[in-house]
Amino acid sequence: MSTQSTIYLDYASTTPVDPRVASKMMEFLTPEGEFGNPASRSHRFGWKADEAVEEARSHVANLVNCDPREIVWTSGATEADNLAIKGVARFYKNKGNHIITSKIEHKAVLDPCRQLEREGFEVTYLDPDDGGLISAESVKEAIKDTTILVSIMHINNELGTVNNLDKIGSIVREHGAFFHVDAAQSTGKIEIDLSNIPVDLMSFSAHKTYGPKGIGALYVRRKPRVRLEALIHGGGHERGMRSGTLATHQIVGMGEAFRIANSEMSKDHKKVNKYHQEFIEKVKEIDHVYINGDTDNKVPNILNVSFNFVEGESLIMGLKDIAVSSGSACTSASLEPSYVLRALGRKDELAHSSIRFSFGRFTSDDDVKNTLDILGNVVHRLRELSPLWEMHLDGIDLDEVEWNMH
Amino acid sequence: MAYSKKVVEKFENTLNNPEAFKVGRFDPKEMNVGTGMVGAPACGDVMKLQIKCEPKGNTHVIKDVKFKTYGCGSAIASSSELVEMLIGKTLEEAKAIKNIEIVEALELPPIKIHCSVLAEDSIKQAIEDYEAKQ
Repeated sequence: MSTQSTIYLDYASTTPVDPRVASKMMEFLTPEGEFGNPASRSHRFGWKADEAVEEARSHVANLVNCDPREIVWTSGATEADNLAIKGVARFYKNKGNHIITSKIEHKAVLDPCRQLEREGFEVTYLDPDDGGLISAESVKEAIKDTTILVSIMHINNELGTVNNLDKIGSIVREHGAFFHVDAAQSTGKIEIDLSNIPVDLMSFSAHKTYGPKGIGALYVRRKPRVRLEALIHGGGHERGMRSGTLATHQIVGMGEAFRIANSEMSKDHKKVNKYHQEFIEKVKEIDHVYINGDTDNKVPNILNVSFNFVEGESLIMGLKDIAVSSGSACTSASLEPSYVLRALGRKDELAHSSIRFSFGRFTSDDDVKNTLDILGNVVHRLRELSPLWEMHLDGIDLDEVEWNMH
Repeated sequence: MAYSKKVVEKFENTLNNPEAFKVGRFDPKEMNVGTGMVGAPACGDVMKLQIKCEPKGNTHVIKDVKFKTYGCGSAIASSSELVEMLIGKTLEEAKAIKNIEIVEALELPPIKIHCSVLAEDSIKQAIEDYEAKQ
């Protein structure tokens, strides 16, 4: 089966590499290209590669308005999150052992926090409000003398909701702890000005922003200086924070992707915003549909919808030839419904019934039209198949039913 | 996860021709109807199965079946597969149906065996309900 006939609406999962990025990357691989090791100081192969790496670093820094020397290359946002959280906690462990994060973070943040708990740290997991936002007040309440690090995501990957970094960061800074932000979903979607917000560490990913997989970066603030213990040793690359030969082609790809994101952000935004509007209008015509996440504080490239009385995975199967993702248990390896949606305090069945649509640079008007043309019909037919829908129509309150649990 | 072709076909056929695939309901109060409902919305799957039977010799035979399923694609396909197996069977034969038959017919992956168990339980419950009425 050709995947080209399938409509791709899963940009929050990953994006294709922009062809402009791919062609730039090709210049750094073959014998004709600049294949040198950026750490080679003794010949032009090394110098040229190093030049390309530093140019890419500037492109990343420009997008988020920081000093290029504050950017550390990693293998992706997961490594950047690990380096920030474990690196800071272990370096400052004599200062305190308390970390604050939230229940709706990506696993790349939650799992390092779990690891630190095993190492003796204490972690507070904040609840979001029912719109999926982490309030500055809840951070303030949780913070204590022993708090050394607060890690809160910028844009939630399932909901598209945007946390207020300025407010949260001010509280963290006032207290003297470090503030880490997972911004894997943010680049090219929303303005980030690190010279103006109190953030100490920020994680980035290339492949969510039309760059290649396998490369990311961690912003580590210089003033006030943040120090961290490296996870990977050997060679002292990246000022000792992350050793290993730099992957020039990947780095160049990330740089180019972020350069393009910087110049085309408003164009990209305009496009997805139109699709978001069209989707919301059409989806609202269907009964018993819930948009998950605070719609006033949300990016338009992600839209998470629960179609009540329909199970998400069957809806995905019904929407064949359309690639989307679901918070349904059946689509996860763990057979658990989305922990993010559950943290919003909604009923589990709304998590089972959720679909995440995410749009991007290469989404076409036809992609959106064709999806919306069949969506209502597929939901309708699955409801005809659903005993829950039948009971609902009969006026039965599903919360009052004694279910025969398995 | 990639489904077997059989699950996809069964799911799509059921979705596209619900009547032909016995989607629907009988009046549960009728004396010749047995209803079974298993699963829970919070777990992501609920299957409702109804059998319409008539006496034959010293047993009863399933003359018609209706079902509705809320659940993933393989839960819907498993229900539909079970329904096909039931018509014309005596209650004893229907009771003897094991989930493994559905697993094999649909080539369900291990992680989806649960769906076939749900189907097996629904027919057991429907027969119990029917027998209680007789």
